[in-house]
Amino acid sequence: MRLGEFLLVAVLAVPALGAVAVAAIRPDRVARMVGTVVAALTLLAALPLVADRDGGWFGYGATAPAVRPWHQVDLAWVPGLDLRFHLGVDGISWPLVVLTALLTLLCCGYTLWRVPEGGSGRALVALLLVVEVGILGTFLALDLVLFFVFFEVVLLPMYAVIAFWGGPDRRRAARKFALYTLFGSVLLLVGVYVVVAAAGTADIVALTGGAELSRGTQLAAFTLLALAFAVKSPLWPLHSWLPDAHSQAPTVGSVVLAGVLLKMGTYGLIRVAVGIAPEGARWAAPVLGVLAVAAIVVGSLVCLAQTELKRLIAYSSVGHMGFVLLGVATLTTTGIQAALIGNVAHGVITGLLFFLAGAVKDRTGTGELADLSGLRETAPRLAGLLGFAAVASLGLPGLAGFWGEAFAVVAAVEVGGPLWTTLAVLAAFGGALTAAYFLRLLRRVTHGRPSPVVGRLTPGLAGAELAAWVPLVLLALAVGLVPTLVLGVAEGPVDALVEVLR
Amino acid sequence: MTGSVVQSVDNVALLPAYLAAGTAVLVLLADLLVARARVTVATAALGAVATAAGAALVGAGDERRTFCVGPDCSYVFGGRAALVAVVVALLTLGVLGLSGPLLRAGRSPVGEYCFLLACSMTGGVVLGAAGDLITLIVAVETLTLPLYVLVGLRRGSLASAEAAVTFFVVSVVATTLTLLGAALLYAVTGGLHLDRIGALLAERPELRDLPLTTVAVALVVLGLAFKVAAVPFHAWAPATYDGAPLPVAAYLSTASKLGGVVALLAVVQRALPADVTGPVLAGLAVLTMTVGNLVALRQRRTVRLLAWSSVAQAGYILAPLGALALASGRADDARSAVYAAAVAYAVFFVVLELAAFAGVVALRPADADGGTVGDLRGAARRHPWRAAGLGLALVGLAGLPPGLAGLFAKVTVVRSLLGGGAGWLAVVVAVNAVIGLAYYLRLTATLWAEPVASVEPAAAGAGGDVGSPAVGSVVRARTVGAVLAVTTAVAVVIGLAPQLLLDVAAR
Repeated sequence: MRLGEFLLVAVLAVPALGAVAVAAIRPDRVARMVGTVVAALTLLAALPLVADRDGGWFGYGATAPAVRPWHQVDLAWVPGLDLRFHLGVDGISWPLVVLTALLTLLCCGYTLWRVPEGGSGRALVALLLVVEVGILGTFLALDLVLFFVFFEVVLLPMYAVIAFWGGPDRRRAARKFALYTLFGSVLLLVGVYVVVAAAGTADIVALTGGAELSRGTQLAAFTLLALAFAVKSPLWPLHSWLPDAHSQAPTVGSVVLAGVLLKMGTYGLIRVAVGIAPEGARWAAPVLGVLAVAAIVVGSLVCLAQTELKRLIAYSSVGHMGFVLLGVATLTTTGIQAALIGNVAHGVITGLLFFLAGAVKDRTGTGELADLSGLRETAPRLAGLLGFAAVASLGLPGLAGFWGEAFAVVAAVEVGGPLWTTLAVLAAFGGALTAAYFLRLLRRVTHGRPSPVVGRLTPGLAGAELAAWVPLVLLALAVGLVPTLVLGVAEGPVDALVEVLR
Repeated sequence: MTGSVVQSVDNVALLPAYLAAGTAVLVLLADLLVARARVTVATAALGAVATAAGAALVGAGDERRTFCVGPDCSYVFGGRAALVAVVVALLTLGVLGLSGPLLRAGRSPVGEYCFLLACSMTGGVVLGAAGDLITLIVAVETLTLPLYVLVGLRRGSLASAEAAVTFFVVSVVATTLTLLGAALLYAVTGGLHLDRIGALLAERPELRDLPLTTVAVALVVLGLAFKVAAVPFHAWAPATYDGAPLPVAAYLSTASKLGGVVALLAVVQRALPADVTGPVLAGLAVLTMTVGNLVALRQRRTVRLLAWSSVAQAGYILAPLGALALASGRADDARSAVYAAAVAYAVFFVVLELAAFAGVVALRPADADGGTVGDLRGAARRHPWRAAGLGLALVGLAGLPPGLAGLFAKVTVVRSLLGGGAGWLAVVVAVNAVIGLAYYLRLTATLWAEPVASVEPAAAGAGGDVGSPAVGSVVRARTVGAVLAVTTAVAVVIGLAPQLLLDVAAR
């Protein structure tokens, strides 16, 4: 077995076995430490996947398939259901794989320091690792049915994280999350088998380009798949599970949810829905674009009226994912690249924002903006970080958030025509609103006189907190200054994908 | 042997049936001569094992036919018959294991209990091999008749007696309908053998246009729909399950339901015209899963919840057959895929359902009924392994990982439906899976919820005829734990390697 194949399997096997080990180890603290080590090993296995990529993006040619994984593993599993254990990694999935491994590591490390109330820490860490397996599997799967199976794996562990470690209204939020998401994934199941029944194969590599499918099948498949991913992403108006789930989940749960779980939807849209049913994608692109812009504007407007910190950040995700979906909907190289970098940037920045919001809530015991003010007086470092994250999130040039949003708008302008130009203008307006609500947030929370709860704070930050936040701060800077970190590896695969879209 | 009055009898083909019937007789003798509960139960258990082994051995070879008149045979022991026989025998074994606490409590006579169970197993073993309508109906009745008594076999329990009467009345009416349908079919075609009726109806379309044929087909299908508790013929199931002793409820919702499905499959696949049965079955499936899931949402009692959920699951089992309503679903490939999917789903389901009942028995006090959902609150803190087993089974029934068996079961159904072009039915199945998750999740989450501080509420429900037992005193019987462990292990194995089951189901 070559090194690349070994690493691919290891990326899934390490957290899976780690979860079992963590659940079996009795002393709680030891178990959490083992979990953190496991998460670190997973990251170590994911990083070198980028090395030794055969062919890379030079190999994309007219005759080559549109998906050319750097490494792949292909084993038979259940031939009776067209299910093969087919994994592979390329420039579209690798950044997300690394992001997932990193955020899980940071979350596991964070639980070493603080375990939210509601259950044992080792159970939480074990569940986080299972969630990681599901998300990584979704990003790595090159078999449609396998993709669906991993898509489903995430659901119950995440439900449990929200339902047992969450805030006061956790039960309802968790149930809503589970039911909405399952609704999405059963549509995915139907969509997957619409494709498989028509094409006779579930191999994503062979299916990308849609050569085997009739127009009718493509339209049906795209509708089902896009709906499924729209629930997960989430696309307005299917987003209503998100604010509840994110604001009720414990800090680490929110970070994983916002940071990477939502990316399963956008990744699926790019890799599966657009890739397999390009005809359907072209047909539905205007609708997708309009909904994405609606998400941007509605999300921003709702944020302007929010009075609770975590809920505001949660709603801001709706807007940001709107930009990502707008990028995808343009079906151009620029747009899809913007979507990919927007995905990664949102994962980094929103992950950081949820960590910070959790820190504020843990310290003050409230997330109401009305009860918070003057954070910079008593906790200047926390306030500074919050300011950094908010500014990064609103898309300041030089930070990670800029590229995705700006180029989604640029891509929409490039497509041209009255519809897309209008959409671009509206999206840009939504971007301005984003700036407005984040600045409002900063004004309310960091400036002004310290409120009674804020007045009691001490300026210090725990070492564990810094350890969890600093990598994200650095990544937000790095992706902002050197976007080729993401775009360099993604260029070849995206070009090849756009090629089959024509 | 045509022309001869004496039929040759292939005793090898009949071996599983002999073993099952022999078990019943031996149990009776053991109870009479040795009169020790342990020996009686052990005899029954060994007999069930022998039956399963015999059926597997015979089934491993080629298909064997016997009691033939010309090309038509009344007893055909092939791949599916072997699968059904093995599953029924193992289910009987599992239910025997679950019965330990019930029998030890001494309110049910051990000898009779085991004898009736073995008799019912005999019916199930023969059922899969039935080649004509008479054998089929007799096998179904042999399967269900002992259950009327088993349901009511708890001394001094009013709920148990009520359940038995409900079950008896409904079931007898259903059997009458099926018999009437069979008689009318005979009147139309002059044949009783399934394959012969199928061939005749296919060859002579004018027979199919007779109103009498339509009535006959409808009566047969509807009568058997009672047995699988398909809506609108389901009303008996929740009351009966809830009133019956827990292990008997487990048997009803697994072996007995499997029997109904196999009987229905046999007539639909081999005898009746698919273009008539297809729409009826599609309608039944949609109604069954939707009503079952919606009503299950409102249940407060554990066994009633499981009963309604098992009504809904019957809908998923029937759903693949609904593809027969479409011409594309009646193509040869699609047809065989559809039947295989129904069988595979049924087997996935009975494994998970038995695990779920085993979990409930394991978490409830000895000789108790299922109680309310609230009674299971916080069970995971006291019995983490048993609760994990129950949780895995419930999640599997909902069709989600880590219950991979259930996930692949749903996948099998959806795949066969789309293969047959019945996309709309696949969407209905999918949406129902979402509704189903709501109550499976509620029950599962209850297991891990914070236990209530107060003592178990005395109001254990109207059906609860047990003097409110202490919270912690769940059954200690090792057999129950073993059944739960083995069933869970089986569920995990077929979840990881579903191909094993799919291959057998397609034979």
